Amino acid sequence: MTAALGALGRPVLEALAAIGRVALFAGAILSHILRPPFYLRELGASLLQIGWFSLPVVGLTAIFTGGALALQIYAGGSRFNAEAVVPSIVAIGMARELGPVLGGLMVAARVASSIAAEIGTMKVTEQIDALVTLSTNPLKYLAVPRVLAATLAMPVLVAVGDAIGIMGGWLVGITRLDFNSAAYLKNTVDFLEPWDIGSGLVKGAVFGFIVALMGCYHGMHSARGAQGVGRATKSAVVSASVLILAANYVLTELFFTS
Amino acid sequence: MITLSNVHKAFGANRVLQGVNLSVASGTSMVIIGGSGTGKSVLLKSVLGLVRPDSGQITLDGQDVTKADRDAFLARFGMLFQGGALFDSLRVWENVAFRLMRGAKALPKRDAREIAIEKLRRVGLKPEVADQFPAELSGGMQKRVGLARAIAAEPEIIFFDEPTTGLDPIMAGVINDLIREIVVEMGATAMTITHDMSSVRAIADNVAMLHGGVIRWTGPVGEMDATPDPYVQQFIHGRADGPIESVR
Repeated sequence: MTAALGALGRPVLEALAAIGRVALFAGAILSHILRPPFYLRELGASLLQIGWFSLPVVGLTAIFTGGALALQIYAGGSRFNAEAVVPSIVAIGMARELGPVLGGLMVAARVASSIAAEIGTMKVTEQIDALVTLSTNPLKYLAVPRVLAATLAMPVLVAVGDAIGIMGGWLVGITRLDFNSAAYLKNTVDFLEPWDIGSGLVKGAVFGFIVALMGCYHGMHSARGAQGVGRATKSAVVSASVLILAANYVLTELFFTS
Repeated sequence: MITLSNVHKAFGANRVLQGVNLSVASGTSMVIIGGSGTGKSVLLKSVLGLVRPDSGQITLDGQDVTKADRDAFLARFGMLFQGGALFDSLRVWENVAFRLMRGAKALPKRDAREIAIEKLRRVGLKPEVADQFPAELSGGMQKRVGLARAIAAEPEIIFFDEPTTGLDPIMAGVINDLIREIVVEMGATAMTITHDMSSVRAIADNVAMLHGGVIRWTGPVGEMDATPDPYVQQFIHGRADGPIESVR
């Protein structure tokens, strides 16, 4: 009985300890964001890496998702003569949910993995120790610019993804579903409210923070050797993805059910 | 003067340092020898605060290193890491000038670059290397760049972690000579860890042997060959038989 309770309690305690460690790590990063020195060059490089170079993958994800969404809504809506809702549902679905969530997951795969691998390699090759001996706080130099860049870049990526996703729906609508182009666009604009877009952008910022936080946390806590870096990379992507989905549910509850 | 008094450090059940006592006088070169896994790197990192000892005291000029102002304390040190630990994303000159361009006394980029090129020249590298990335250099060149970075801010104390590991004997000799020249020229205090006996003879004023978590023997390099200590004798002659267990 005691052994069974122990087996049950140990992972729970480990999970709680891990949550505590991540919370302290996030707190340390937030506390450093507004305090000098500011590494603007590193922030610029991170914005380029995380924002600009993620545009293709976010754009491609969005256009195919928007197109598939239009086909699904048309097929589902035709069961009760509601085909006309395709433009508005595509727009709302992309802006509120699919744009930020799928964009966040794609960026998690691309960015959390690369941050964890880069910082993890720096750790095992003693570059992080070298930073300390050169009077540079590794958290401030490596983690803060990446977390800030991801938090700032992700809403922009979501906005671009929303626009491309809606365009994907429009393209499928006018070429495959016989919608009139002007009517489709008018329907989209008429039904889309500012908060539909705003909520998605807020979600994007939160997801960007999560992605970079997980990449930095697992990179900084990477174990020795290639296996350690590999494990850190995998953990960063998995934890970022799960946290994005969990945060999405919490934010949706917060934004749309009260 | 760097003084370690009864320093202990364990990682789980592995008690690496078990009461290390050691003094390194200012302006001298101390080389710590010992087999792989005996805690030489842990000892060096404990002085720098990269590893926190479980107990004991480490002082620099009489001041407890854990209570010193961190930036001011680290500004007195330079370190050459075993693998170089150069920052892959930065050019060679930016690696060398890293400390010079940061902090309260940060130099303008142009001045920092000039100093970096001068330091590269000091370690035998041409100015053309300055704009390359570390990955484009050979192992020996990376060690030299690491050495240039360690001396860029003209520190009072320089640590060398296995400076010749992975180098051919000729390049190892070149690095040993450079270290000796630079330490003498700068009047710096040096602490080196190595198991390369040619490095010991080239670099050391004094030698300390770490084994079993404690300093087994310490003394001037000139007395090392004559000491009757069986651990030192086995180590410096590379014998398989003796008090130090070897795995065959």
